[in-house]
Amino acid sequence: MSRPRSQAEYLARLVPPSVAGLNRRSLLAGAAGTGALLGTGLLAGCGDSDSDSGSGSGSKTVSVGSNQSDPKPKDVIAKVMAGFQTASGIQPAVNTVDHNTFQENINNYLQGKPDDVFMWFAGYRMRFFAAKGLAGDVSDVWGKLSGYSDAFKKASTGDDGKQYFVPASYYPWAVFYRKSVWQQRGYQVPKTLDELNTLGAQMKKDGLAPIAFADKDGWPAMGTFDILNLRINGYQFHVDLMAGKEAWTSDKVKKVFDTWAGLLPLHQPDALGRTWQEAAQSLQQKKSGMYLLGLFVAQQFSNDEQNDLDFFTFPEIDPAIGAKALDAPIDGYMMARKPKSEANAKKLLEYVGSKDAANITVKNDPSTLVANTGADTSGYTALQKKAAELVGSATEIAQFLDRDTRPDFASTVIIPALQQFIKNPKDIGGLLTSIENQKKSIFTA
Amino acid sequence: MSDLPLIQADRAVPPPAATTSTGGRGRRLRLLSRTDRVVITLMVLVPLLLVVGLIWLPAVATVLLSGTNWDGIGPVSEIDWVGLKNYDDVVNIYPPFVPAVQNNLLWLAALFVVATPFGMFLAVLLDKEIRGSRFYQTALYLPVVLSLALIGFVWQLIYSRDQGLLNAVLGTQTDWYGDSNVNIWAVLFAAGWRHVGYIMLLYLAGLKGVDPSLREAAAVDGSSETSTFFRVVFPVMRPINIIVLVVTVIESLRAFDLVWVINKGRNGLELLSALVTSNVVGEASRIGFGSALATIMLVVSLVFITLYLATVMREDRR
Repeated sequence: MSRPRSQAEYLARLVPPSVAGLNRRSLLAGAAGTGALLGTGLLAGCGDSDSDSGSGSGSKTVSVGSNQSDPKPKDVIAKVMAGFQTASGIQPAVNTVDHNTFQENINNYLQGKPDDVFMWFAGYRMRFFAAKGLAGDVSDVWGKLSGYSDAFKKASTGDDGKQYFVPASYYPWAVFYRKSVWQQRGYQVPKTLDELNTLGAQMKKDGLAPIAFADKDGWPAMGTFDILNLRINGYQFHVDLMAGKEAWTSDKVKKVFDTWAGLLPLHQPDALGRTWQEAAQSLQQKKSGMYLLGLFVAQQFSNDEQNDLDFFTFPEIDPAIGAKALDAPIDGYMMARKPKSEANAKKLLEYVGSKDAANITVKNDPSTLVANTGADTSGYTALQKKAAELVGSATEIAQFLDRDTRPDFASTVIIPALQQFIKNPKDIGGLLTSIENQKKSIFTA
Repeated sequence: MSDLPLIQADRAVPPPAATTSTGGRGRRLRLLSRTDRVVITLMVLVPLLLVVGLIWLPAVATVLLSGTNWDGIGPVSEIDWVGLKNYDDVVNIYPPFVPAVQNNLLWLAALFVVATPFGMFLAVLLDKEIRGSRFYQTALYLPVVLSLALIGFVWQLIYSRDQGLLNAVLGTQTDWYGDSNVNIWAVLFAAGWRHVGYIMLLYLAGLKGVDPSLREAAAVDGSSETSTFFRVVFPVMRPINIIVLVVTVIESLRAFDLVWVINKGRNGLELLSALVTSNVVGEASRIGFGSALATIMLVVSLVFITLYLATVMREDRR
């Protein structure tokens, strides 16, 4: 795939193939399916729907389920919600749940009594719940939004062609480092895998852990797998592998793990007992030289250290593939299928998708990029500007392993498998056979 | 949450009274007023409905769901039957299953062989009314008051590899929670820390209830303190011993919170309960597969429940 010439063109590539390749027949099938689901939903809920809408029409509140539990993003959400209250007079009640817990419980949450509006991710995960009839159609909100390219709209579109998602922010994954440490030691940004290896060896000599690494929570190692897979096999293979179309036992996947096994000695040891925050702090304390993570790593740095933080995209491994693909997941908001007050929920969605909300985020959170292109990004730190450029220059954007595949596969198979690999990088063959067996069972279910 | 076994033990005691007085009971029933009979019926029916609705139906549903591939979304009519496929998958292609069974057994063994006897030992010491025994008692019981989830966080501060107390004090670099050879022992220590206090308190209560004249009689007969304990006090405390035994088995079977807080029961900390949760509760929602794991856990629990009931019933018949 060639390089996009404009931001809109690159954003168009965010669109998952299932949406991009949507033809009329599948559109109709999807609509019929949703209709059936909605029908059962209405039937089940007809007892209380009248009273709900009655009390909802006059109410001045809206509840928001937030997964932004880390201090900084939580603070930003509070400011955005305060802005909404000032603008609309509607009182938002934010229910913050620990990020991982929110994710783990999403299924029950959405089938129970979810908040009117909740935070979620673009990609397979959004389309999955939309297709199951667990999310509210927000197409009319999109009619009022401005500042989004058509591509972002498509990334917010479910399998049935309606919008279910309002993007708020996105962040790229890259290799972060402290400028002061690199200047002091005279390190150069590696362009190839060999250069990365040489640099890592030098860092080891200098008493640093070359690559900070943590996988206690299970997901950070997915980022390493993704980037190696994107560099070795390219974007399309990533999509096909995640969709269950490619075999995990293939030589292509084996090469990813072999390469990773070669790099493991450069990684901080004992990653399985460490959280990403602890690994980020080792970078912040100048004990590690680099850290492959999302832009949110900046949260672990104080304000005056922000300018010392820099990054480069993971170096090229195969010249034929290049180094222009990366993970850059989109975060945003969705509406419950039956909010207490649909009008208020939609007003809130309209606000969080507006320039004003994006401007508040820009001012307060240096660790994320806002999705609304109409926002005033002059407040971006140098790091954010560079991140926006990096994403703009990428040829392909993946959403992240667990956002691009079935959640049951990602969490019950891949997490333990990657941890097993980190623990024992020697038995790659056995590991891949095990993944493939489980994949077949899950994807054919 | 820990009073469950006590209730069971209580329930286990009354039946002999009921069976021995069958003759008189019929006459007494006729003496009951209408209101009494309504009250008694309600007292039987309400708990019965609760037990059937909250325990038996979900248990049966779990067994039934274990034969399906339901993902937890949508109406019941859309559930597909897949037979024993889930069990086949659990045993043959699900890597965490075997470690989970091993860890559950290890948990049982550690609590049974180490933590429970140690708790008994502390109770005997405290029963001696040594100076400051109130203080020791409180200190040892404190962890039981905390939830296991909180205990997980407390120990995280101690066990963290880079920032933890233990490595800082010892000057080591052991990855207490991350190294799969070490973490189960680190967690067992934390779990035992709590369990000891619990057993100690149960046992202390039992010891206080032992008739002092028994000990005096033993002392008069010239029995040493050790033999008095093992030959007189210990056998007398049989009901408490059974409760302690049951508590230990239940605690080890339902062990969950601690490993879940630490790393969701992965990488060396696999437990059946954690596997069930990660499959059923999470975003994953493999209800069918998780139910198969839950059914296996149910069968394991049934073994212990049957053993316990058999013991108690034999006791009653005597």
